[in-house]
Parts: sequence; C-alpha cells; structure tokens
Amino acid sequence: MRKFLTRRAVASAVSLLVLIVMVFFLSRLTGDPTQLYLPVDASLEARENFRNLHGLNDPLIVQFGRYVGDLLTLDFGDSIRKSRPALDVVIEAFKWTLTLALITMVLVSFAAIVFGALAAFNVGGVFDRIATFFSLIGASAPDFWIAIVAIVLFSVNLGWLPTSGTGTLWHWILPIAVLFIRPFGLILQVVRGSMITALSSPYVKTARAKGVRPRPVIFVHALRNGMLPVITVIGDQAAGMLNGAVVVESIFGFPGVGKLMIDSILQRDFAVVLAAIMVTAFAIFLMNILIDIAYAVLDPRIRY
Amino acid sequence: MADIAPVTPAEKGRLRSVLAMLWADKPAFVAAIFLCVVLVCALIGPALLDAVATKQNLRGRNAPPFDLSKGWLLILGGDALGRPLLARIIVAAQNTIAIAAGAVVASMIVGSALGLVAGYSRGRWAQIIPRLADVIMSFPSLLLAVIVLYMLEPSAANIILVLAITRIPVYLRTTRAEVLEVRERMFVQAARVMGASDARIVFRHILPVVLPTLLTIATLDFAFVMLAESSLSFLGIGIQAPEVTWGLMVAQGRPYLTSAWWLSFWPGLAIILTTLSLNLLSNWLRVALDPQQRWRLEMGGRKNG
Repeated sequence: MRKFLTRRAVASAVSLLVLIVMVFFLSRLTGDPTQLYLPVDASLEARENFRNLHGLNDPLIVQFGRYVGDLLTLDFGDSIRKSRPALDVVIEAFKWTLTLALITMVLVSFAAIVFGALAAFNVGGVFDRIATFFSLIGASAPDFWIAIVAIVLFSVNLGWLPTSGTGTLWHWILPIAVLFIRPFGLILQVVRGSMITALSSPYVKTARAKGVRPRPVIFVHALRNGMLPVITVIGDQAAGMLNGAVVVESIFGFPGVGKLMIDSILQRDFAVVLAAIMVTAFAIFLMNILIDIAYAVLDPRIRY
Repeated sequence: MADIAPVTPAEKGRLRSVLAMLWADKPAFVAAIFLCVVLVCALIGPALLDAVATKQNLRGRNAPPFDLSKGWLLILGGDALGRPLLARIIVAAQNTIAIAAGAVVASMIVGSALGLVAGYSRGRWAQIIPRLADVIMSFPSLLLAVIVLYMLEPSAANIILVLAITRIPVYLRTTRAEVLEVRERMFVQAARVMGASDARIVFRHILPVVLPTLLTIATLDFAFVMLAESSLSFLGIGIQAPEVTWGLMVAQGRPYLTSAWWLSFWPGLAIILTTLSLNLLSNWLRVALDPQQRWRLEMGGRKNG
C-alpha cells in the first residue's frame, strides 16, 4: 500500500510540475498586468514602481525561480487583485466549490445508481425506456442552456428562486439542480450497462433460482460487482466538478473556484491562477486515492 | 454519416442491410435523418441564407415566435437586430459542425496513431506515450482552453487545436488498450510468421479490428466537443461575432432573457437535438459494428432481448 501511494504521489507531482511550468509561462504571455491595474494616464514612474513591487521586471526565468523558491516555503504569492495571499483567496473559493460538488455528487450518485439498477432489471420495460430517454437527454444538454432556461422558468416567470448569488439555502437549489443533470445522465447509462452485464451472470441466476427476491438480488448481489466501472465514471465527474463548474458558477454568480480561475486569468492575477490549480490538483489527487480504496473494498481481489 | 460514393452491386446490398439495421432501431433512424438535415444545413445553408440571416430589420426586433404575419422566416422569432432566428440557426450550423468535426478528426487521427505506436511497439515509446496522455488528462481542459484562447486569437483554427489536444487521450488510451489485446491474437501471430512487415500488420490486421470502437467513440465525442465549443463561445472566448455558432447565439440572447426567451432557447434546442441524435446514433453503432450483437438489429427489431 505504501509503495502504491508513493508511486501515485510521484506521478501526480510530475504532472503537476509540468502543469505549473506551462501555466506559469503561458499566463505571462497574455500580457502585462500593469495596463489592467493602473489608470490609463498613470505616469511611467508609477508603472515602473508597480512592476518592481510585483517583481514583473525580472526575466521570466528569474521570476519562475523565485516563485518555486517561495513555493518550497509554502508561500503561494499574493493576489494582485485582492492584495491578499493567493492561497487564502483560493481556499475561500474552494470551500464553496467543494460544498457544491459534494452535495451534487452525493445526490447524483444515489439517484443514478438506484434508477440505473432498476432500469437494468427490466430491460426494454416501460421504466427502462423512460430512464434511458431522460438520461440521454440529460447527457446531451448543454449546462449553460439548462441554467438559462431554469432561470427564466423558476426565477423570472414563477419567481420561486433567486436568479444568482449566495446567501440563503434557496440560492443553492438552481446551481445544484443544473449541475445534477449531465452527470446523472452519464452515470445512469453506465450503471444500466454494467448492471445488465452483472444481472446476466451465472451467480445472479443461481440466486434467483434459489428464490431470493428481486430487490436483494439487484441491490446486494449484482450491484456490488456492477459498481466498479460506475465508480470510475463518478470519479471523472467529481474531478470535473472540483475543477470548478466554470460555466454554471459564472451564470449563477457563485463564488467558487471555477469562477475565480476565469476571473483571475482575465485579470492577469497569475499567483491566484497557479494557487487554484495546485489546490484543485491536490484535491483531485486525494479523491483518486479514495476511489482506489473504494475499488479494493468492493472487489477483494484488488490489492495494492 | 458515411458517404458511399461508387455504388457497386455488392455495395448496394451492403448499403441496404445497413439501412435495414438502422430501420430496426427507430430512435437511431430518426437521429440519422435529423443529422443528415443538420449536415445539409451546414453544407449549403450559408450559401443560400447568408444574405437573409444578416439582414437587419428593425420592425422584426425580438419578434415573438410562431407569428406568421411577418413571413415564414420569422417563424422562430427575430433576434435583437431583427434578423430571423431560423435563418441564423441554419447558417450557424456550418461553424458549429465544422469546428466539432475538425477537432474530432484531428484528435482521432493523432490519438489513434499514438495509440497504435504505444500499443504495438515494445520500445521506449510504449512507456512515454501513455504518460503523455496522463499529463493531458490531468489538465483542467476548459482552463487550458481559456488560457490558450486568451493568449492567441480566438479563431476557429485555434479552437479546433485546443479542443483536439484535450481529446487526444480518449483515442490514445482506447486504441492502446485494444491493440495490446489484438496484438496477441492468432491471426496477428500468423501474419507475423508469414513475414508481414510491421506496417502491414498494424494497418491491414490490427487497425480494422480497432476501427469500429474508434468510430463509436468519435460519434459520442462529436457531441462532447460540440458542447465544449458551445461553452467556450458562451463564455466569450470561442467564436467571435460576426461569425456565429449555436453557443454564441445562446450567449447573445442572454441579455434579453426576461423579455425574449426565444433568442437563447432555439439555438440551445438545436444543440440539444444534435447531441441527442449523436448519442442515439453512437448507441446504434456500438451494436451494429459488434459482430456478436449485430443479430439484435438484423432480426429487424422484432424482439429486442
């Protein structure tokens, strides 16, 4: 187990390093932040001071060396936009995203597994057709469009829910509902496919022949074996959400990490972009470890 | 979707059996017809309707849909400049489809070529190439797209490039996994014993086995890439006006959401119907291209067991 963890950590660290190098140099090619942060009529002297203050005058290589050096002391640099440590800004936003992703993924996984398993139990039946139809539509719908339609319907016309922002519990309903739809469609289809395979396997037939009632057969016997591919898809979807649901967050004015990243890139707030990437990468690394442990729990043949 | 140019007698029979299998799966049949319509719109729409779609008409500003008094072109309503939405959706099909197709074809060719090398060779490349896929996969792809498009001009070619790069791992991993398995099969061993060159083994014996899977994935991925392009255009870093795609049309309708919902609704519906059709067709392809499952369709859909 320890060897496995080390190997995974090294692999993740290497790809994170590549990512940091790329983003560091690419983002600095987008232009000089001075033009964005100082007024148009700022004097040359003021511009020079601003560049010196944020270390933008040194050659890129020197800037990069300094950045990596600071990283080793866990200093992620300061946000130009907010004049605060970048890490604080990111962690604040990440809490929002994490909560949103967690609630959504728990709901999605539960709903998709239950409906997918029931659909697979009677392939071609009415329930299966309805579930397949809706999951296909869910998997095909662009989230920004669903968000817009939902706002028009529920916020503007019916006036039930707030259009954007945060504050009350009501503000959470639309973002969660919109984020729910696509993963629900995708995961349901995987559950259904994998359960059809599991339900046609000999041990399930034996259980049925012994007279075990249908529900335990679905949810105890078949589901455990059918879960492995499902967990992979759930992991993929959760990783996507941890990266920040950029589109949904910006439509609903949700202060999550996806919106933060986009805003920071557009405002050339480089330290925040890099810190956000590292925080989410670390979260995704932890989640992948959890998923590997889940594999081993579900299938005792898997050992690391 | 495949165009079958010279129809020989043998081909004719094959075409008929393909059509029969498509007919057996009614949703896929409808999806295929819809996709053909979209394809025709994309190919000849701009040539026919470009003048109409860009003609501003102040009396038709945000004209409501289903009102035939202003002419049939405004049946889906007019946009903020009074341009007929129906014509604009048809014209926008070209950019939307072309970008998605470009990205899918590029990522499929590069990804499967790398996958063939990674799966077939036993040298150093077999180790390095899969790591490359891991690195790309660990990138937040939308973020990468934002950075690159913000830095470069957000032109169609750059969007295709960004989307293609992020989708390469899908084909790479699938191809590699399949090649690793097919490589050990008897007919490949036989070809090798008979002295076939590596290139011949890969292209004549392995690729045809892998191709059906790749086509199924490509159909599904077409939908994914279309959604990604729409998201980019919606965020304002994809295609720029006066060029137009469905995603951009949804974004352009957003300021008028409360007064004229149809501006965003119809282009979004076009996206949804196209991706839905691609999903249905991909499901059909998976069965139709699998020799062990094809009988379900060849039975004519009388019994889907």
